[in-house]
Amino acid sequence: MKPPQFEYRRVLTIEDAIGALAENENTAILAGGQSLIPTLNFRLGMPDSLIDISRIPSLSRIELTETEIKIGAMVRQRQVELHDDIKQANPILRETLAHVAHLVIRNRGTLVGSLAHADAAAELPAVLLTCGGRVAVVGPDGERSIAADDFFRFHLTTDLKPNELITAASFPVLPPDAGWAFGEIARRRGDYAIAGVCVILRIDSSGNCTDANLGACGIASRPVRLLEAEQILIGNRLEVDVIGAAGEAAREAVQAPGDNQASLAYRQQVLATLVRRNVARAAARAGAPHE
Amino acid sequence: MSKKIRNAVIKAATDSTAEISLKINGETVTREVSTRRLLSDFLRHELGLTGSHVGCEHGVCGCCTVIIDGWAGRSCLTLAVQVDGAEVRTVESLAADDGTLHAVQQAFHECHALQCGFCTPGFLMSLVNYFERTPSPDLSEDNIRSVLAGNLCRCTGYQNIVAAVRRAAELLNAEEAKS
Repeated sequence: MKPPQFEYRRVLTIEDAIGALAENENTAILAGGQSLIPTLNFRLGMPDSLIDISRIPSLSRIELTETEIKIGAMVRQRQVELHDDIKQANPILRETLAHVAHLVIRNRGTLVGSLAHADAAAELPAVLLTCGGRVAVVGPDGERSIAADDFFRFHLTTDLKPNELITAASFPVLPPDAGWAFGEIARRRGDYAIAGVCVILRIDSSGNCTDANLGACGIASRPVRLLEAEQILIGNRLEVDVIGAAGEAAREAVQAPGDNQASLAYRQQVLATLVRRNVARAAARAGAPHE
Repeated sequence: MSKKIRNAVIKAATDSTAEISLKINGETVTREVSTRRLLSDFLRHELGLTGSHVGCEHGVCGCCTVIIDGWAGRSCLTLAVQVDGAEVRTVESLAADDGTLHAVQQAFHECHALQCGFCTPGFLMSLVNYFERTPSPDLSEDNIRSVLAGNLCRCTGYQNIVAAVRRAAELLNAEEAKS
C-alpha cells in the first residue's frame, strides 16, 4: 500500500506541463491526488513520472459569465460546493457535490480531476454530460474543447491524449426557470452509488415539459443520457403516470452487469425509482427562481 | 541469522528524492524525502509524530486526517513533496502545552466518544476543521452524520461521537462568548 517509484516533476506553467508530458507517454498528472494516489497505493497504476500541476496559478481560477461557469483544473471540489455564485448559476453542482466522496476528500480533490479519472460510477461526469458541458484541453498542437459526450469513452477512459492536459471544465448556466435535481442511492454515504440520476427540465406556462435532459452514472461503462425517458417527458404534463413511464423506460439503459453492490434487476429498479423521484423534484423546482 | 528474522530491508537507493520545507504544528522543518513518501509516513516515520494513524491507506477510514493549509485532508492521499511550503497541523497541535484539551478533545472525553482510540485523531482533525470552516454549524443528526461519514469507527457505534459533536459546539460557543 505504498506508491511505486516514479519521477516527480513540479511545473509552474502550462507550457512546462505540456513539455513534460511530451517526454514520456507513461506520465500521470497530479492535481488533488484523491483518485491518483489511491491508484498508486494499490499499484493499479505505475506511471514513470508524475507532473504536479498544483502550482500553476491560472489553473485555480473560477470564471463566471452570463452563460457558463469555467472551473480550472486545480479548483477543489469543496470550493465549488461552497461557492454561492456557482450555486446561483447552476445549483446542480452543489447538490451533486454533497454526494461526491466525503467532505475531507472534497477539500483536496479537484472537480476536473474527477472528470479526468472518469470512473463510470462517478457523479460529476454524469452532471457534465447532462448539462451539456465541455472540457478545455491543451496539447502540443494547441487548444481544443471537447463536448462531454465525446469526452467520456469508457470506464476510466477519456478522449484525452497522453500528451494533453485538461485545463478547465465548463458547465452551462441554467436558465432561471429550469427545474433541476441530482439524486443517488448508495449503500453507504460517500460510496460510489449503485446509480445516480441528474435531471434538468423546463415546463411552459401551460404545464407541458418543453425540455428534459436526464443523465445517469453507475449503470454502464460510462455516464449516459437517458434519451428514451427524456422523450417520454417532453411535450407532456409531468403527471404521475408520465413520470412513472419515464422511470420504466430508463431501465433499458442499465448495461452494467450485476456486481457486489447490486444485481442487474435491482440496479434497474433503483434507476427507475431515481428517475421518478428526481423528475418529480425537478418539476417542483421548475419555474421558481433558484433558491 | 535465523530463518525467521528478515534481513535488513534494502533501502531503495533508486528512489528520487527532493528537499521539502514546511511548517508543522507551528515549527518549520526541512527534510530530504523520497518523492513517493506519503505525508502520513513522513509524519510518523521521519518526524516521529505518531498521533496521525494509518488505517486503510486509500482514503476510506479517515484515521490519518490532518489539516493542510487550513483544510482537512488525508495524509495517506498526499505525498510529502506536495506539502512543500505548506502549513500542516496534526492532532499533536490540539492540546495546549499545559495539557488543557482542545474543546473538541474535551467533548470526546466528556461524552465517551472513543473506546480503543485508533480512529480518534482523524475524527478530531476532521471536526476541528469543520468547526473552523463553518461559522454556524448545522447540528441536526443528519448533518452531523454526513460530516462524520468520512471517518470510520469500529468501536463506538457513533452515538457518543454524535453527542460529542454537539457538546463540542457548546464548548466552542462558550469559548467564543468568553473571548
